[in-house]
Amino acid sequence: MKQLLSGNEAIALGAYHAGVAVATAYPGTPSTEILQSIARMDGLYAEWAINEKVALEVGMGAAYGGVRTLVSMKHVGLNVAADPFFAVSTTGTIGGLVIVSCDDPGEHSSQGEQDNRHFAKIGKVPMLEPTDSQEAYDLMGWAFDISEEFDTPVLLRSTTRICHCKTVVNVNKERKSDLRQPGFQRSPAKYVMVPSNARVRRHAMEERIVKLRAYVEDFPLNEMVLADRKLGVISNGVAYQYAREVFKDASHLKLTTIYPIPANLIRRFAQEVDRLIVIEELDPFLEEEIRCLGIQVTGKDFIPIIGELNAEIVENAAVEAGILPAPSKPSLRPKSPAPQLPARRPQLCAGCPHVATEYVLRKLGFSGAGSGKELKKGEFIVTSDIGCYTLGVYPPLAALDTCACMGASIGQALGLEKAGVPNKAIAVLGDSTFMHSGITGLINVVYNQGNTTVIILDNGTTAMTGHQGHPGTGISVTGKKTQQVKLETLVEGIGIKDVTVVDAFDLKAIESTIKRCLDNDEPSVIIARGPCSLTVKTRGAPFEVDADECISCYDCLDLGCPAISLSEDKAVIDAGMCLGSACGVCAQVCPQEAISESRK
Amino acid sequence: MNDVNVLMVGVGGHGVILASDGMAEIGMNNGYDVKKTDSLGMAQRGGSVVSHVRWGKHVYSPMIEKGEVDFLLGFEQLEAARWASYLRPGGVAIVADVVVIPISAIDGKIPYPSWDEIKVTLAEYTDQIYLIPATRIAEEVGNPRAVNMVMLGFLSAFLALKPEAWTDTMRLRLPPKFRDSSIEAFIKGADEAKTMISVKGP
Repeated sequence: MKQLLSGNEAIALGAYHAGVAVATAYPGTPSTEILQSIARMDGLYAEWAINEKVALEVGMGAAYGGVRTLVSMKHVGLNVAADPFFAVSTTGTIGGLVIVSCDDPGEHSSQGEQDNRHFAKIGKVPMLEPTDSQEAYDLMGWAFDISEEFDTPVLLRSTTRICHCKTVVNVNKERKSDLRQPGFQRSPAKYVMVPSNARVRRHAMEERIVKLRAYVEDFPLNEMVLADRKLGVISNGVAYQYAREVFKDASHLKLTTIYPIPANLIRRFAQEVDRLIVIEELDPFLEEEIRCLGIQVTGKDFIPIIGELNAEIVENAAVEAGILPAPSKPSLRPKSPAPQLPARRPQLCAGCPHVATEYVLRKLGFSGAGSGKELKKGEFIVTSDIGCYTLGVYPPLAALDTCACMGASIGQALGLEKAGVPNKAIAVLGDSTFMHSGITGLINVVYNQGNTTVIILDNGTTAMTGHQGHPGTGISVTGKKTQQVKLETLVEGIGIKDVTVVDAFDLKAIESTIKRCLDNDEPSVIIARGPCSLTVKTRGAPFEVDADECISCYDCLDLGCPAISLSEDKAVIDAGMCLGSACGVCAQVCPQEAISESRK
Repeated sequence: MNDVNVLMVGVGGHGVILASDGMAEIGMNNGYDVKKTDSLGMAQRGGSVVSHVRWGKHVYSPMIEKGEVDFLLGFEQLEAARWASYLRPGGVAIVADVVVIPISAIDGKIPYPSWDEIKVTLAEYTDQIYLIPATRIAEEVGNPRAVNMVMLGFLSAFLALKPEAWTDTMRLRLPPKFRDSSIEAFIKGADEAKTMISVKGP
């Protein structure tokens, strides 16, 4: 049956048909929909884990228990899960264990760009990578088989342009049923990695890679297409599609086994063609592996190493390098220069519960020191984190000083304090990010007697990735009620004595609480609580501006609310976007009290 | 079976993704190989949304190259101008009467362009430019969110598939509550195209 599936949906369906029994993940673009899709299927256990490290540890346990297990995450998630990743590579597995890493070339929604193909090599773990949804679906079956046959976790790498691209899939399998029943076989030599055991396993890892090198030579999803022998193109992932589009007449070798690579197949291909190039996104991973075989090959000397590729980039690069003739297409250059158009930056939504807190942070802590300037007395530093609230870095809010990686805000704030920086640092992070990696940072503050103030922006969901549950929500991935981990109880348990819950839409309360905590010389936590505007079911009547009262001071525009704009120099509110009394922050900002609930 | 490259552009919440999903599925159900991809990520928080839909005998790249777009569907006017350079010479620009002014145009130095300015930008690439009363039509059918269906309907008038080839798939996809009004919006969009083309000439 033909179905139009995104790469993520195809990965989920492929895993389902391969008989996966346990699936676990922490949401992260572009990987989120894998677990969301699989959680809708029957006959398996799916969960949102608190973070990727825990997800993989759960996955490890399930695979030790003999069942097929899927753990999915975004590229930086594998950094978080690196410890169990290396550990499970050492122990190997009984049930098939597939770890999906979704890389984000071009950083569409990430704090960094990294090529996770390196993880396969450094972890001594086989890696597969699809070039479209069909292969994503098919490769999942192979991945589980390889995992069990070679006693190894398998990495399946995907990228944004595969994860989120829909292509036609011939769904030709049914769910596998003849699989091992759950059960644990005692085997300390395999599972207890004391040095004496780990040294033995170390040999098993190397022997495994040797066997895999032979195995991938005949892997059916690698494909050689011999056409014009003057040029041979080796490619993987979505770059294969660009290569086929651009080098129409050339010979092609598509690789889906990324590590280890099929050396003899590549040698045969190289012998068939005059010139060999590699088209791959990000690092010259295949190129270097191929060069290590003693084969002459080029790639990154003309293909960009940074960002996403597309057919146009590949074509221009190939023309520039003299590999392709200049195109005979008519010139597309317009007669007049392109007009300057206003940018449309991502921004916090109308009614967003983060706005009021970030507005207050801006007002209290950013009294003038611009970029590159030392902070003045009385200003403070806002260390921030990964989530929607990071959008508060853009004007007009412009209220953040750092954003690095999940949970880093708290450690950074303590580091600034311990370094002796005279200005106080306030850490700001979301509820889901706090659960993911903020808890340990906060314990560290308490233990090391910092006086950090941490603001948890609690919108009751993992909003940026599309509203997934986390322990603080008390709702499971399947939408069922589960034990809720209460933020205030948790932080009190850690040893924070000054814990305040404020209404995320109450400017005065937020301001007075922040001021009080700044003067406090013990650590404090402020929980600014208010629902994500995209989840609000009952909005109030929209607010409106009394044009006669508006003095065009534009204080309301400093909120950056997308519902507020100008008409004839006066502020106006888009009734369709405004959440009304469910937010009401603009009315608190207006010095003229010109904003109120619409009486229409 | 000609290849068809459609670029749909707009802002979050205007049904661009639903429209491009639907269009891809319609292509598949009518014998095409199809690919579709979106630029999303943080864009879902008020930024631009761009969807590439490709129908063909065999489609390799999911993204359409600059200068290769047959139909540019602007669900918002500024976004249509922003992506004008993706049109192939003589491609068709179909733009909805929707304006969403970004914050940067409110407090910044670059104002939101007028329709006349947007038209000049599009005219650098094509003289086939249609500004369609999508909002009005969507309101007429009692489903203000059906602007995307009006757009698809308008587009359908340029393509070889019969109306049923579109609506059959839509009927399966649409939630019952919006099914009839959405199909009506689609048909009215197609009718609007026939009227405008006959006035303007193909």
